[in-house]
This record gives sequence, C-alpha cells and structure tokens, in this order.
Amino acid sequence: MPSSDYDPASLPDLLPLYYRRLFPFSQYYRWLNYGGVQKNYFQNREFSFTLKDDIYVRYQSFTTQNELEKEMQKMNPYKIDIGAIYSHRPNQHNTVKSGTFQALEKELVFDIDMTDYDDVRSCCSAADICCKCWTLMTIAIRILDRALREDFGFQHLLWVYSGRRGVHCWVCDEAARKLSVAARSAVAEYLSLIKGGEETVKKVVLTDPIHPFIRESLAVVERYFPRYALQEQDILGRKESVDKVLSLVPEDILFTVYLWLQSLFLQATAKKGQYFEKEIMLQYCYPRLDVNVSKGVNHLLKSPFSVHPKTGRISVPINLKELDVFDPFAVPTISLICEELDRKKENNTESSGRSLAQKGKMVKTYYYKRTTLAKYVKYFDQFLDAMARSWKGELLRKSDLQKEF
Amino acid sequence: MQFMSRQKKLLPNSHTELYGQCLQFYGQPPLENIALSEFETFAVERLKLLKTVENLGVSYVKLSEQYTKKLDQESKNLNFPYRSGPSEIEKRRKDHISHFILRLAYCQTEDLRRWFIQQEVDLFRYRFSYLSSKQKLEFLHKNNLQYDAISVEEKKALQDKLVNSSYAVSGITVEDQDFYKVPFQDALDLVRTRKVYLKAGYVYIPHQDIVTIILNDFRTRLSKALALTARSLPAVHSDERLQPLLNHLSHAYVGQDYSIQKNVGKISLEQIDSLSGKSFPLCMRQLHQALRENHHLRHGGRMQYGLFLKGIGLSLEQALQFWRSEFIRGKVDADKFDKAYAYSIRHMFGKEGKRTDYTPYSCMKVILSNPPSQGDHHGCPFRHSDPELLKQKLQFYKVSPSGISQVGDITFSLNHPNQYFVESQKVLGGGKDIKREMDTPQRSQENSGRGSAAAREAAAAANASQHLAEMTEELDSFFQDA
Repeated sequence: MPSSDYDPASLPDLLPLYYRRLFPFSQYYRWLNYGGVQKNYFQNREFSFTLKDDIYVRYQSFTTQNELEKEMQKMNPYKIDIGAIYSHRPNQHNTVKSGTFQALEKELVFDIDMTDYDDVRSCCSAADICCKCWTLMTIAIRILDRALREDFGFQHLLWVYSGRRGVHCWVCDEAARKLSVAARSAVAEYLSLIKGGEETVKKVVLTDPIHPFIRESLAVVERYFPRYALQEQDILGRKESVDKVLSLVPEDILFTVYLWLQSLFLQATAKKGQYFEKEIMLQYCYPRLDVNVSKGVNHLLKSPFSVHPKTGRISVPINLKELDVFDPFAVPTISLICEELDRKKENNTESSGRSLAQKGKMVKTYYYKRTTLAKYVKYFDQFLDAMARSWKGELLRKSDLQKEF
Repeated sequence: MQFMSRQKKLLPNSHTELYGQCLQFYGQPPLENIALSEFETFAVERLKLLKTVENLGVSYVKLSEQYTKKLDQESKNLNFPYRSGPSEIEKRRKDHISHFILRLAYCQTEDLRRWFIQQEVDLFRYRFSYLSSKQKLEFLHKNNLQYDAISVEEKKALQDKLVNSSYAVSGITVEDQDFYKVPFQDALDLVRTRKVYLKAGYVYIPHQDIVTIILNDFRTRLSKALALTARSLPAVHSDERLQPLLNHLSHAYVGQDYSIQKNVGKISLEQIDSLSGKSFPLCMRQLHQALRENHHLRHGGRMQYGLFLKGIGLSLEQALQFWRSEFIRGKVDADKFDKAYAYSIRHMFGKEGKRTDYTPYSCMKVILSNPPSQGDHHGCPFRHSDPELLKQKLQFYKVSPSGISQVGDITFSLNHPNQYFVESQKVLGGGKDIKREMDTPQRSQENSGRGSAAAREAAAAANASQHLAEMTEELDSFFQDA
C-alpha cells in the first residue's frame, strides 16, 4: 500500500518537489483572488506557515501568484493555514496604526474532528480513524451540506479532507465571506445538536415540535444508522456499550426499550413527546462542530492541498458525488505522488516536452496530471468554474455602475 | 451633543409631543438644557436600573413572571417609565436623557460598549413586551422596518414546516397572520436558537414574533451610535464638570475584576492541591482535578483555570512551572510544551502578541460564553452539568443535603471565582490585607448607588460569605478526614 511508504523524516526532500511541480498554484490563486471583483482581496489575505522545527510564522501575504509560488518554494512550509482578508497587507501590519488593522472578511468554515466522537465510537480513539468510523464523517457532510445549501442558501461549498482525522468545509459565497462574528456563531449554533462536555451523559434532548432541520438531519442518520451503529460499531455487542445506550433512556420504559432494541426499530411505538430513540441516534451520529472554529473572522484553518506532516496525506477536496465511496486511506500521500512523478519521468524522458514545444507556444506542463492528485485538482477546477459564473455577473454589474457615472 | 451651548428652552407641551411614544430607539439626542444635578442623578439611576437588568437576567428567565415583576418594581422605585400612559411623560424624558448620558460613559472600550448594549437591549425587550399589537405595528412603520410579507399561496405550501418550526406557531397562526420573509442575518437570535423556519437564507416570521428583528435593529443602531459617540468624546472630556462623573460611572459597574495582581508570589505551587479543596469554587476545583487526572486541559479549560490562578497570585514563572510539570506527565514532551503551550501562558500574562493583560473570568463570563463540549472541563457546573451529576459531585464533596437542594434555588449573589477564593481564605483565617481588598469595592459601590441598592449588595455579600463559610467548613472537614 502506497501510504505505508510515507516517512515524516523524508518531508524535507519531498516538499521542494511538491511545491515546484505538483502544488496547483494557478487553481489556488484563481480561488483566492475571487475573480478580482474586490480590490486587493488576494493581497490582503493572511497566510501562516509552519516551517521545519515547528517554527511558526504568521501574517504572510503576497501581491501576485508568482510571488506566492516563489516564497513557498523558498520556505517549503510543512503546513499552510489560510486566514482572513484584512484591511491592510498582513505583512505590513506592524506599520499600521494600532487598532486600524482589522480582519474584514473570510470564508465561513467548519471543522469536524473525529476525536470529538470518542465517547460514541468503539473502534478507535484520539487521532486514529478507520473505515468503520469514517461513516460518521459521511453523515456529517451530508447533514451539513444539505443544511448550508437548502436552509441558508449557500451554493459554493468546498469540502476538504484534513489529512488525518476529519474534514473541513469552506463556504465561499460572497454573503458567507461577509458574515459578522455574531452571524457565524448563530449559523454554527443552528447546526449544533450535541450539547455538553465530559459531565453530561445525555447530550441530545428533543422537544415538540421537531424543527424541519432536525427532521431532515434525522432522515440522513436513519439511512446510515442500522449499518453503522449496529453492525460496524456493534453498540449492542458488548455490555459496556449496551449500558451506555440504556443510560440515555428514561427508566419507566426500559423494558420496552430492551425488546425494541432486539429488533430493528424505526416504528415509533413510544408515546408522543418521547423521542428517546431519535435522541440516541443523534447522540451517536450527529455531527459535532467546534463552534469556536466557525465563529472567528480571523481564525486560521489548514489550507486545501496542504500536506499533513504526520500522515503525509494531501488535504484534498472531496467530490460529494462520490462521497459514499470516499476512502481516506486512498488519498494520495506526498511520497506517493512524488514517486508517481519520478516513475512517469523515467518512462517519458523528453518526448512529451518536445511535442509541446512543436506546437509553437510555451505550454506549461501540468505535472500533477501524471499523478493521483489529478482527479482532485480536476474536481477543484469544476468548483471554481461554478463560482466563476457568479464573479462574471458581479464584474458586469460593477462595470455597469461605473458607466452610469 | 452639547448640553450647555443651546439656549432654547422647550415648552412643556413640546415635551408631550416628543415623549408621546412610550418606547423609542433613541435616534435623536435631547436638545434641552439640563441642570448638572439632574445630569448626575439621571445617570446614576439609569445605571442602577441597568445593573438590575443584568442581575435579573442571570437569575431568571427573561420576561418570566418573576423577572418582569421585579423589573416593574425597580422601574417604579427609580422613577423610570414601565407602562404607557400620559403620566409617564416626565419619566420618559428622564429615560431619554439618562440613556444619552450613559452613552458618553460607556462608549470608550469594547467591554464597556458590549455591556451597555446588552443591558439596553434587554431593557428594550422588556418594555416592548408591554406594547399592544397595534402599538407594535406603529413602531415598525415609524422606524422604517420594511420586510416583505409572503403570499397566501406560499403560506399554504409551507404550512406544515412553519408550524413545526416554532412552538408558538399553530395552523391558526399561519392562516390569520402575515408572515414576513427576512434575511437570516437580520434575525440571528431566532436562527441561533432554531425557533424559526429557515429556507434559502430567509427566515419566515409571523407578525407576532417581529420583536426579535426589532431588537437586532436596536442593537445594531446602538452599536453604530456608540462608535460615533466615542469619536466626539475628546470634546466632552474637555468639560471639567463632566469628566469625573463619566469616569466614575464607567468604573462603578466593573467592581473588582481581579486584573491587578495582589499577593503575587504568596501562593506556592505545593499549596495548590490543598487550596483546591478548601478555597476553590467548584468550577476551578473540577478543572484542577481534570488537569491532575489527564495531565492536560483543552484551550477553554486552560484559559478559565489559568487566568484564575493568575488572579489568586501565581506569577508567570510559577504558572509556567505548574503547567509544564503537569503536561509533561502526559503526552506532551518538554520541547513541545515550550513551543506550543508556553506561548499561550505568557500571552495570558500579557507578555506576547498585543500584550493584553487578560482578566480572570467573572461568573457571568464563564456561564454565558463558550459552553463546554465533548472533551471539555470548563464552564460553570451549576449551569453546564447534568443536575444528577452535580448532585453526586456535591455529595462527594460533603455538602449537606439541604445545602444541595438550596443550590437549585439560589439567587446568584456570587460574581467571580476569584471572589470565592478571597472570601474563603478570609473565612479560613486570612489577614487584614484581604479584608481591606474587599472593603474597597464595597465603598465605590456605595458611592455610586445610594440607599437601597447598596444595602442590598451588602446583604448579598453577607449571604454569599455565610454560604461560603458553610461550604468551606464542610470541605475542610472532608480534607481533614482524608
């Protein structure tokens, strides 16, 4: 398996190759420039880099795609984070009068981390994941994606695999980028159903009436629950986990519940107002968000196409059309794609370069196309194309306004 | 806004016009001459009213019967309007003027603004609830809140969803009332609590619920106004009659915030374990225990507990040693600690970044912001724990059964975890220093709030220390037994 070939010690050798040949700079710039609709949008964006030996540098900013490329190729960051668009160029923030340097806009983001599900998964804990608990991410993505699109009206969502144990969502609509802190926190709370820390046993409480959002979310959970909880997680297979389930049930119907649990349920035999079977399903499966990640306009989040130093995996965008078959262990590692590049080079030598030159123009060779990274970049392109249609509209509108003057 | 330069004197019947509406957005500042004594009285009394609003908001559900009754009482006592009627004209004038004076005092910092806006919004909400439907509609139109109503067809199509989105909406509501389509950014409170139907970025609000929208509008307007006021402050401060009063007003509400470290270095690290049993409030004790058990705390817990320790007198060096020695016992090695966690501890002490010397969290802040989630140990156990679990914990800490049931009903008189610590140490035999610390805030409270408010505060503090004395005695004996 290709993934087992990754060794963190080889990063210093692999990163230069990655940033010189494989990182999709033109798509990356196309994204963050947002069609050039707003002035200085790219120039005022904060990036932060984690370099070798855990050296962390904030307030990096770049004026052009070229400058971004050169700097990244020079620094070879281990990790890249994307921050907000500020009022001034972040790399000049020290020259700005105190108090006037402010974060203005940023994508609305969500971070789903598998560690937050440790109290309800039996197969793994902490930073580990496996195909059995990955279903939790699938459920989370389906629920949140639907809600963000249908309830909130957002259209341009980029889901990204974090590289180890979770997923991120970048909501890139203009309205999302302009949201205030209060608005972001309201959106995150609307999407939250799991309440309580270590001290809370029953983390989901449903009361009448059941909001349409909860109904829709339940429909998703119910689709996955039988296979996930009863087979993969086997919550009835061991005494401790049965006890855990039972601790969430009100005492007077315990016996009925036991019988119910024996057969695959889904018929509401419970009294009206008692939603414990729904609450249990939600507690086991509903997405757990970190509200603090979504709240802050200036919050820094791992960049798509960044490498995860511990696993070597590239943070790739997830194509929702193929969500049910997405396998985090099939995501390419940096060592894999570098290896694929070398292999192709040996096979092709100079032939492809010459044929391109024969066409009479300087065509840039997109090396990533020779690797497993290709399909992810292609999907990213499609995402950008969809957004570009809205930028076009914006630019036309703006130029119209100018003509009126 | 200039108080003394305008020479016009308004006639009484203009007052009737100005103050005909019982509720206002405070869009226009008062234009009349105001005597300095009135200036001071009005401001101080409004401050008392807002403080009551704050305290009631923590102890009772807003707009519940007890809440409104008590606020009615306070409004009456302080001579503020709380009902509609012609006799209210003088009170509305006072309300108008006092609001603008407090704007001057509370526009200066982010914290002051946030506090002022929160209490004014709560006060507005309470008063708005007394308006009739007709009056509410009038208010909407007068203040230019135009939101579109959806068609009857659309209402019918969405009927089930609308009914299921809100406890207060029935089939009849949908038939009888207009529903407005409002962009979700204008109705954040309803979105946050999921009390409304949301589709494609719009919330669908029945006429009866339009109050939340109005509150948001009020909040936004006030926020902008405060920003503007802050810019004209230098002109106001140049008037020497006003400056001392305004400063006094804005400091009075804060009270003791434990930001200035006293007793630095008087606590040694070895004492912390035993102190946590004797003199830490439950939230901090919980955090300390979780830290000892797991050799780790998440960010929320590190902030709440770390700042508390700073407040009781730990120095930066001690704090670094304390956290480091504990984290090393867990999964973090010394190097990683120095790189990742040491920075944030120095940040807490104001030695990094924008160099803000962060203040330890008050109870209000702990309860209301950043609720704990999976893996967290911070927050307030009296707010954030399961009642059953909390009972168990208190039993474990040997609080008497009557004490436990009392905890469920208690009116909140304790304001700050560090206050608990200081009081507890005092009760256990602290020295004169600590007593002097407690006296100073009492005095400033007495100066700003005369008569009943000060007496009530003193009584509350006495209650708190008695309650604390009981609890600490129990805890003490527990430790001695162990």
